[in-house]
Amino acid sequence: MGTLNQLVIGASIGAVLLLAALGLTFTFGQMGVINMAHGEFIMAGAYTAYVLQPLAGDQAVIVALPVAFAVGGVLGLILERLIIRRFYGRPLDTLLLTFGISLILQQAARDIFGAPNVQVDAPGWLTGGVDLAGVRIAYNRLFILVLAIGCVVAISLYLSKLRQGRRMRAVMQNRQLAAVSGVATGRVDQATFFIGSGLAGVAGVALTLIGPVGPTLGTAYIVDAFLVVVAGGLGQLKGAVIAAFVLGVLNSFVEFWTANGASFAKVVVFAVIIAFLQFRPQGMFVLKSRALT
Amino acid sequence: MLSPFRLDLLGKYLCYAIVAVGISLAWGRGGMLTLGQGVFFGLGGYAMGMHLKLQDGELPDFMSWSGVEELPLLWKPFANPVFALAMVIVLPVLVATLLGLLVFRQRVRGAYFAVLSQALAAAFVILLIGQQGLTGGTNGLTNFQYFFGLDLYEDADRRILYLVTALILGASYLSVRQLVRSRYGQLLVAIRDGEDRVRFLGYDPALVKTVAFAVSAGLAGIAGALFVPLVGLLSPANLGIVASLELLVGVAIGGRYSLAGAVAGALLFNYAKTIFSEQWPDGWLYVQGALFVAVMVWAPRGLAGLSHQFRDALSSRRKVEVQA
Amino acid sequence: MSALLEVRGLNVVFSGFHAITDLDFTLQAGELRFLIGPNGAGKTTLIDVITGLTKPASGSVRFAGEDLAGKREYKIVRAGVGRTFQTSVVFDELSVLDNLDLAAGFRRRMTGLLRRRHGISDDVASALDTIGLGDLADRPAGVLSHGQRQWLEIGMLVVQRPRLLLLDEPVAGMSRDERDRTGELMQSVAKDHTVLVVEHDMAFLRRFASTVTVLHEGRLLCEGTVAEVQADPRVQEVYLGRKERV
Ligand SMILES: Nc1ncnc2c1ncn2[C@@H]1O[C@H](COP(=O)(O)OP(=O)(O)O)[C@@H](O)[C@H]1O
Ligand SMILES: [Mg+2]
Repeated sequence: MGTLNQLVIGASIGAVLLLAALGLTFTFGQMGVINMAHGEFIMAGAYTAYVLQPLAGDQAVIVALPVAFAVGGVLGLILERLIIRRFYGRPLDTLLLTFGISLILQQAARDIFGAPNVQVDAPGWLTGGVDLAGVRIAYNRLFILVLAIGCVVAISLYLSKLRQGRRMRAVMQNRQLAAVSGVATGRVDQATFFIGSGLAGVAGVALTLIGPVGPTLGTAYIVDAFLVVVAGGLGQLKGAVIAAFVLGVLNSFVEFWTANGASFAKVVVFAVIIAFLQFRPQGMFVLKSRALT
Repeated sequence: MLSPFRLDLLGKYLCYAIVAVGISLAWGRGGMLTLGQGVFFGLGGYAMGMHLKLQDGELPDFMSWSGVEELPLLWKPFANPVFALAMVIVLPVLVATLLGLLVFRQRVRGAYFAVLSQALAAAFVILLIGQQGLTGGTNGLTNFQYFFGLDLYEDADRRILYLVTALILGASYLSVRQLVRSRYGQLLVAIRDGEDRVRFLGYDPALVKTVAFAVSAGLAGIAGALFVPLVGLLSPANLGIVASLELLVGVAIGGRYSLAGAVAGALLFNYAKTIFSEQWPDGWLYVQGALFVAVMVWAPRGLAGLSHQFRDALSSRRKVEVQA
Repeated sequence: MSALLEVRGLNVVFSGFHAITDLDFTLQAGELRFLIGPNGAGKTTLIDVITGLTKPASGSVRFAGEDLAGKREYKIVRAGVGRTFQTSVVFDELSVLDNLDLAAGFRRRMTGLLRRRHGISDDVASALDTIGLGDLADRPAGVLSHGQRQWLEIGMLVVQRPRLLLLDEPVAGMSRDERDRTGELMQSVAKDHTVLVVEHDMAFLRRFASTVTVLHEGRLLCEGTVAEVQADPRVQEVYLGRKERV
C-alpha cells in the first residue's frame, strides 16, 4: 500500500543525494579535494529559485534549473581558482578549509535572505499526483526523479562521448599520464568543478519542491551525499547512482516502519554503511591502484 | 579573582581543552581526523546528566512535560553514582573501539574516516532529538542542582568544581604527553606516515589506531561529564556536526602536532568565540570561517608549528606534505 | 630436505591481466637467491603474494611448512617473513635509532609499548653496526641519503630476525659505491638468513649472486648459476636488444 509511495519518496531523496554526490565524487576522485562548501552550492541553487520567483512566478523552479546550474558552477569555479587549487591532493586540509568557507557562505545567506526559511511555490502542473494501484504518487517527487535521471544520462554521455569528458576520465584515472599525453589538466579540473558544483545548484532547485529553503539547507544533505561517495566508490558514476538510491530508499523505509522513525533512520543507514564497508572497504566500485601509503 | 561569570566560562574552556588533548593524540599523532568528537562528548555528558537529574529521587522535569510518567528502564541504573561515573568513560570508549576496529581493520582511513565520523555525529544528534521522552529532545538536559554533594548554585562549591576540572585537564595532558613520548607514541606517528610499512613490520595498525581513538573518545567523554555541571546544560546543539568541528578548530589553530599548542588553541579559540559573539553575534561565523581558511592557507601546522614552518622555509627544502 | 619457502601452481590475475602464471618456486633455508626479469615480469607481485599484500587467484604459498593463504600481513611478518619495498619507506620524523627500535619491538605487548625507550638493546646496537649508520643514530631518518635509507630499511628487517628476507630492488638508484656496500651488507646478512633479492643489474649480479631465478611475463624462465643463466638462449632473447643493465 504505502510501500509504493514510500519507494517514490525514498527515490526522490536519493535523486537529490545523487545530484549532490556527483560533484563530490568527481572532485574527490579527480583532485583529492573534499569540498564541504558543496552543501552551500545546493543552498545557493535553492535561493536562486526563490530569487527568480517574483520574475518567473510559479514557473520559477523550471526557469531556475539552468540558472542555478550556472550559479552553482560559477561559485565552484571561483572557489577552485581562488583557493582550492592550491590544496589538490590534500583531502583532509581541504575539508577543514572548505568548512570555513561553508560557514561564511551560510552566514552570508542569512544576512542576505534572513534567517527564517522561505518558500518557493511549485508550478501548478507539479501539484497533485497520479493514482497508481490506489496510491497517490506526487508529481513533484516524480519530477525530481526524472530530473536526476536526465542529469545522469547527460553526465554519462559527456564522459563517454565528448572529448572534454573523456579527458576528465583520463585525469581521474591517472593525472600524470594524462598530463604527459597532452591533456591540459588545469582546464579539466576547472570543468569538473564547474559541472559538479552546477549539479549541486540543480539539486538545490529540486529541494525547493519538497521543502522550505534556509541558510543551512545544504548541511542536512552534504553528510548523506558524502556517504554516497564512500559507499559508491571514489569517482564512480555507477556506484554513486546505486548508493544514492539505496540510501534514499532505505532511509525512507526505516522512517516509515519504525515508530518515531526519523530518529532511527540515520543510525540505521550509518550501521548499514559500516556493515557494507566490511565487504567492500573502498566502496562498490574501485579504481585499482597499488600505491602504498 | 575572576568574577563568577568569567570563571564559569573558563570552566567551559577547560572542558574543551580536555577534548583538544584527545584530538591532538588521534589527529595530530595518529592522523585520524575525527569530525565526530561531539558524539563522545555527548555520551559522557548525557551519562553524567542523567545521574545528576536523578539525584533528588524525582522524575526528571522534561519527562513529565513530555508525558512520561515512569522512569524509563534505560535511566534506572544511572541513579547509581558508580555506574554513572563508569559509563562516562565506558560508553564513549566502547563506541570508539567498535567503530575503530570495524573501519580501521578494513583500512578505511583518511578522508573516508573523517566523513564517517561526521555522519556518526549527524545520526547521533537526530537520534537524541527524536527521543524526546528519553533525552529531553532539542532542549537536552538542564536544571542541575547538585554534583556529588556540591551545590551548583554556591560559588564556593563551584570553585571546587573548576579546580577539579583544571586538575583533570592537567592529568590528561600529562598522561597523553607520556603516551606520545612512549614507544606507542612513536608507533602511532609511524602509522600516520606509513601505515602499510608498519604493517610489514609486524604490527596491527588497526589495533594501534583504535587505542588512540578510544583514548581520545574517553577524554571527550570525561570533558562532557564535567561540562554538564559546569555549564548546567547539555543539548544536541553542543555535540552536532558544527560543535564537533568547533572542537577541532582550536586544535587546528593551536597546532595539531603539538599537545600544548592544541590546549592553548582550544582555550584561545573558545575565548575569542565568547568575546566575538558578545560583541558582534552575526559576525562570529564570518570570523570563524575566516579563521579556518587562514589557518589552512598560512599555517597548516597551527601557531605552534610556525617556527617549524619558518625553519622549513629557510632551508627551502620543500618537504612533501604527509597525507594522512 | 625441507624447503623454507614453497610456491606451487601460483596464478595472479589483475582484472583479466595474468601477472603470474603457473609459477612453482622453491627456496631452501640458508640460500641467497636472486630473482631477475624484465620490468613487469611479476617479481614484485611474487613478493606481494608471499607477504599477503596481493591475493592469488590460485596456488599455494607454504612457509616453513605453514600455509600462508589468507593470513593478515602482520601475522605473516610475525611468522618470520620480512620485506622491503621498491621505494624505501622509513619514518622520517623518528631517529635512525627509533626506527630500528620500532622494528625490533614488533613482538612487544601493549604494556611494553607504553614505556619510553631507555638505552639501546643489543639487537639494535648490532644492527646499527652492521648497516654502518652508528654516527647518525640520533639524527631523524628524514636527513638520510637514498642509500642510507635503504640500509636503514635492511637494518630494520635484520633486527626483526626474520627467517626469510625479501628485498625488492635494494640497489636501484644507487651509486656504484653504494651498490658495492649494499652488496657486502647483503652477503653478511645472508650468512645467517635466507634472502631473496630482486635485482637486475648484471654487474651487481655477477659480483654477488650465486643462484638466479629468471621470471618473464609471469612465468619461470629458468634457474641456475649466474653463468648458466647468462648462457641460456631464452634469457638472451628476453633481454635481446637491451644493454647489460636490464
Ligand atoms: N595491483 C595491480 N593492478 C593491476 N596490475 C598490476 C598490479 N600489480 C602489478 N600489476 C601488473 O602486473 C605486472 C607485473 O608487475 P610487477 O610484479 O610489479 O613486475 P616487476 O616487479 O617484475 O617489474 C605488471 O604488468 C603490472 O602492471
Ligand atoms: Mg618491481
